[in-house]
Amino acid sequence: MAESICRALRDGALEGEHAPALTIKDSIDSPLGFDVFAHVLAQLSSHILAGKSQSRGLVLVAFTRSPSFYVNLLKERGLEVNSSRKWFHILDCYTDPHGWKDRIVGRGKVNDVTKEASGVSTLCKDVKDTDKLCSLAIELGKGFIGEGKGRFSFALDSVNEMLRYASVRSVARVLSDLRSHDLASCVFWLLHSDLLEDKVAAVFEYMSSMVASLESAVPSPNGLRISLANLSLTEQNFRRARFSVRFKRRNGRVRLMTEEISIERSGITFSSVSTDGGTMGGSILPKVQFNLQLSEKELMDRAKVVLPFEHQGDGKPIEIYDGRRSPADKNNEAAATMQMTDSSKGEIIYLRDSDDERPDSDEDPDDDLDI
Amino acid sequence: MDNLLDRALGLDGRSDRWPLRGKLVLVEDCVETGGAFVIHHIIKRFLSPQSSAFSNNSLILVAFSQPLSHYDRVLRKLGCNLVAQRDNNRFLFFDMLNLRFPDREDAKIGSSVLVSLFEKIYNAVCALSAENSCITIVIDDIALMEVVANGSSDSVLDFLHYCRTLTSEFDCSVVALNHGDIYSSMEKPMLMLNLEYLSNILVRAEPLATGSVVDVHGQLMVFDKGERDRQGTSGSKIHNFHFRVKENSVDFFYPGGRG
Repeated sequence: MAESICRALRDGALEGEHAPALTIKDSIDSPLGFDVFAHVLAQLSSHILAGKSQSRGLVLVAFTRSPSFYVNLLKERGLEVNSSRKWFHILDCYTDPHGWKDRIVGRGKVNDVTKEASGVSTLCKDVKDTDKLCSLAIELGKGFIGEGKGRFSFALDSVNEMLRYASVRSVARVLSDLRSHDLASCVFWLLHSDLLEDKVAAVFEYMSSMVASLESAVPSPNGLRISLANLSLTEQNFRRARFSVRFKRRNGRVRLMTEEISIERSGITFSSVSTDGGTMGGSILPKVQFNLQLSEKELMDRAKVVLPFEHQGDGKPIEIYDGRRSPADKNNEAAATMQMTDSSKGEIIYLRDSDDERPDSDEDPDDDLDI
Repeated sequence: MDNLLDRALGLDGRSDRWPLRGKLVLVEDCVETGGAFVIHHIIKRFLSPQSSAFSNNSLILVAFSQPLSHYDRVLRKLGCNLVAQRDNNRFLFFDMLNLRFPDREDAKIGSSVLVSLFEKIYNAVCALSAENSCITIVIDDIALMEVVANGSSDSVLDFLHYCRTLTSEFDCSVVALNHGDIYSSMEKPMLMLNLEYLSNILVRAEPLATGSVVDVHGQLMVFDKGERDRQGTSGSKIHNFHFRVKENSVDFFYPGGRG
């Protein structure tokens, strides 16, 4: 399912449609949102670098981590940001978002990045001006394609930080402008739902074609915050979570899928949800103490059972119709059976039905009951 | 000799460098169970290290709640001489107590107080960093900082954000104390939640669930969110133990045992 998200972002926008937009949503109860964001960022970056995505480049608007952090994050996954082809750029809203350092050290001297990150980051010193921030992000994106054709992607690591500096309307306008830009391939962002009112979180969910929510694998009774009353749950929730994704199709249909996510030594892993008593893949069998399905051996044994009326007990070889012979054979057999019948005695001629057929999905087995 | 709190914070000498470098530590307490002793313990560990590798440590204490004499008295009992450290330029004290509080109706002045405070801290960190110092910034406490900022939690969060940039720019540590029960009546305590998101290590002091006891003063939870190594491991760990604050020290022990 995480692959589906990454594939959708990789494939990008269809002609005449807005770019696909992903909201990654978590809470303090299940704070693995940044891990998912980093995973999606790395996956999309990998596709861009390999030339497999619609997008030619990615602009990352960074509020919560330094540019050096992201450069190292991608480098550790084998993704070189300072390659000959320019494909990645960071709009640095982390280092000096309000220009405080700029006033202290003087214009142009603020530098919180390593040499490696300095070539791929642009400092933003006034994050309250959302219009300017949006224009800057788009200009950086255009820098990937130059005069040629192509599209580019956007990633924002914290909508919550934007909302501290600007109104909901302004932030929503920025995301909408990015998503609807002619050259936008895809957009994705991270938000912490417990730092927002429900209606505000809903605004950004409505704007998204995909909403990925992280919920506690084991719900905490204490609600929002880490508590001494549920230490083991807290520790578990920092390693595992339930990952639900809502895909909004063009025709309006909404598809919901769920996985489990865990942070392990090898990194982040996604796996099918394990249920008690049910099978993977979404079987609709009810959870009961007995089997409702037959095993292979039971199916074979049932096939060997000789039913009443299948033999006539008159010394003649038992002729059993098993439903698997050709219609011609069946007719010949039926004719022969009839010819051998003594017209003075009654007998039962039993032709076995073919193998059990499974009812159609919309067929109710009780339909033939006349109650 | 290390104790349970040292082990929980990684201060038990396993590493040659200060284990809290590049991290933001949030200490939460309440009226029934004060958490100031955690701040004092970290200051003592930082300035009076057991290993000579820590001899180049410098501490900046931003004090909104107590005068220097208070910290000096407390730390002396723990075996740390703040005045001597200050004379050696290893300890800087920013006294925020004597600020004249701004006009209630002018929130901008409150915010500008924090901007100038950050300017002082930034200049101090730049100067100390030039001497290859390992720097820790201690803030006591955030609730009073919010008062100075005229109740503007956004200004406080902006200030703490800028302090956090120092952890990545200069590899500093930031240790801040806040009082959780101030926000307990709120359905969504935004400032508290924001701080918990920001912090790398959360230390929470709470009273015992069973009530007050003479020989156990409360319980501590230390939640280290861990860090990403090259393989992407989280490594988050939670420690929980009881404590008893004595005249010259603090005892830490597991429930049912003694330290």
